[in-house]
Amino acid sequence: MDTNNTSRKEFLASIAATGLALAGCSSKGNPFEQTGDGSTELTGEKVKLLSVDGQVIEVDKAYLKPVPELPAVSNSAARKGIPGKKFVMVVDLSRCKNLRKCQAACNHVHHVHTNLNWLKVYPMEQDEHTAPYWQPTTCMHCDEPPCVKVCPVDATFKRQDGIVLIDQDRCIGCRFCMAACPYSIRVFNWEKSDTISEELCAQPYSCESGVPQKIGTVGKCDFCPDMIRKSELPHCVTACPNGTFFFGDLNQDSVSNGSETFRFSELIRDKAGYQLMEDLGTKPSVYYLPPANRNFPFENGLEIDKG
Amino acid sequence: MEQSLIDQKIATDLLPKKFGTRSMVWIGILLVFCVVGFYAYVLQLKRGLIVTNMRDYASWGIYISNFVFFVAISLVGSLITAVLRLTGTKWSTPLTRIAEIIAVSAITFASLIIIVDMGRPERFYNLFLYGRLQSPIIWDVVVISTYFVISLLLLYIPLMPDMQFLIAHSKDKKLMWMYRFMGSFWKNTRLQRTLSKKAINILCVAIIPVAFSIHTVTSWLFATTYRPGWDSTNFGAYFISGAFLVGSGGVVVAMYVFRKYYKLEEYIKEEHFDKMGRIVVMLGMLYLYFNINEFLTPLFKMKKSEEAFLNGLLIGDFAPVFWSAIFGGMIIPMLILIFKKGRKPFPMFIAGIMIVVGAWVKRYLIVTPTLLHPFLPMHNVPENYKHYFPSWEEWAIAFGSLAGALLVITFFARIFPIIPIQETIEEQHEKEHH
Repeated sequence: MDTNNTSRKEFLASIAATGLALAGCSSKGNPFEQTGDGSTELTGEKVKLLSVDGQVIEVDKAYLKPVPELPAVSNSAARKGIPGKKFVMVVDLSRCKNLRKCQAACNHVHHVHTNLNWLKVYPMEQDEHTAPYWQPTTCMHCDEPPCVKVCPVDATFKRQDGIVLIDQDRCIGCRFCMAACPYSIRVFNWEKSDTISEELCAQPYSCESGVPQKIGTVGKCDFCPDMIRKSELPHCVTACPNGTFFFGDLNQDSVSNGSETFRFSELIRDKAGYQLMEDLGTKPSVYYLPPANRNFPFENGLEIDKG
Repeated sequence: MEQSLIDQKIATDLLPKKFGTRSMVWIGILLVFCVVGFYAYVLQLKRGLIVTNMRDYASWGIYISNFVFFVAISLVGSLITAVLRLTGTKWSTPLTRIAEIIAVSAITFASLIIIVDMGRPERFYNLFLYGRLQSPIIWDVVVISTYFVISLLLLYIPLMPDMQFLIAHSKDKKLMWMYRFMGSFWKNTRLQRTLSKKAINILCVAIIPVAFSIHTVTSWLFATTYRPGWDSTNFGAYFISGAFLVGSGGVVVAMYVFRKYYKLEEYIKEEHFDKMGRIVVMLGMLYLYFNINEFLTPLFKMKKSEEAFLNGLLIGDFAPVFWSAIFGGMIIPMLILIFKKGRKPFPMFIAGIMIVVGAWVKRYLIVTPTLLHPFLPMHNVPENYKHYFPSWEEWAIAFGSLAGALLVITFFARIFPIIPIQETIEEQHEKEHH
């Protein structure tokens, strides 16, 4: 796999410094707590930080430590979703040449196990006389999700903003949803992820960030709701150098790949957008634009493709 | 006076017997399987489902096949006890308890094996905390637990009158407390007999729809998905007919073994084998019919999504296993049993084993080939994700569960009369009246 990128996010945020200022009132388990027993070896290297009362202070680098990213919203809020939104994705097949930057970015931020991919790029050829193309495939976030229908414990659910999420704190690991998904998009955490650090593993789980992935439960593409809450685009969208992915809100009728923004309805109309396996009635939220007038020949992607 | 002597003889003939050397060896072998299976499960609990060879495409494996097999074989309880009883069939009386204990132990291990398949078995209680009625898994939980309770009652209620014989004649001091606890209230009064008969009749009526439900719902775990090979309206009937076939095959095997080792030739007669043989042929034909239904129409159309699956099953990787199951588990046993000579105890024993083994293999073929033929190609996964052959842990657990079910049946026959005493005596009386 080309996704074995073990470098991880460092949370050396300036926020840690505000923690230092508050060290006096810190309690056990406080992420901002100074490594208390005074045994911290000073490096001599000073870092300038802004304290809570607006003063620039200098502290030794040894006092900085990673801060766990606390879930932005509660579990019940994460289950409801963002009011008034209906998220959609448009994938322009004419722009994809199987670079798999999307996949690498997705695996990296979600700390997905090396063997698993939440996003797959398929070499598609409908018939021997038709042209091959690369098809990046995320979760379809169906409006009639077969996976949600079969889940016995409401561990996978459909939110009001259209996103289908998994609550890995509730999932019992029966894998019925995997059998039910016609897009085979779901993956199972057969073992603990090999790409995640101990610290990240200990951080509180959030079904919006999908981190840390829990062993014995099902995982999948989540449309990065944590990024959406920050008004940012999902990681696959920003990672693609060719702007293959467009993401947006159906209610606002606009989708963007970061550099270009289109009216969703016009884009789908003008380029004859379609959904995967529309005939199944799953009503996917991901639309594809046919691979007409391709930017790259199909063969360009073959060297990256290892099956 | 003579009558009571006959009763006496029936009662002593049918009392459970102590284990002999052969039984001890048999139990020893089963225990070894159970212990190895349990050890494998401990490993799985420690390391997670990674110890299996299931992966994202073959996300279900032989645990689920085994589950379907157990649910299937458990259906025979309802067939022999309920269907034959309600239609006034008298000859099946000596077989009812064999069928019912097969049902109870199979359904118990079906529930256990489904927990073994879970990625987070410790969250089993979520099914009750957050259970959603729209999921076929919840339907299965509801009907299987109902079926378990009714089967247990159908095992216990006809057992109550037999307790008086056990209390009176059993030399097992250690088991006496159990016999007394379970049956000392049975005084064989007219009221007790009427009530028990009524209760059995009600349960027999109730168990038929529940039995149909457990296996239909189990088939729906597959048929409610879109996948080639599962997306079939035939699935419920296909599963039920197969279940009755494997259950009857199981009863035939058990009949042979109990008859031989408990010397029950006077009670399980050649006539019983002959009649069970006819039933098995009929059920085999029914299952063959639903098999043809299941494969012929998709083969005729050869829809693109079904093509790879059907080719893989009928002429590809799975073909040797598939045709072995069809011929070995269905057609050849039927050919044996069509002839009168084939319906003698020994050939029927062989046919029964072929049916049961074939049925287990068929359950594997229902689960795995479909999962390995998804709509989108298998891609961006390690090579070993594209195939499935169970790991030793999976084999150990699957065989351990099968051994466990056999162990339950073995111990049951050690503790309780495997042929109903009271009912056999009653039938003897009736025969003499006519």
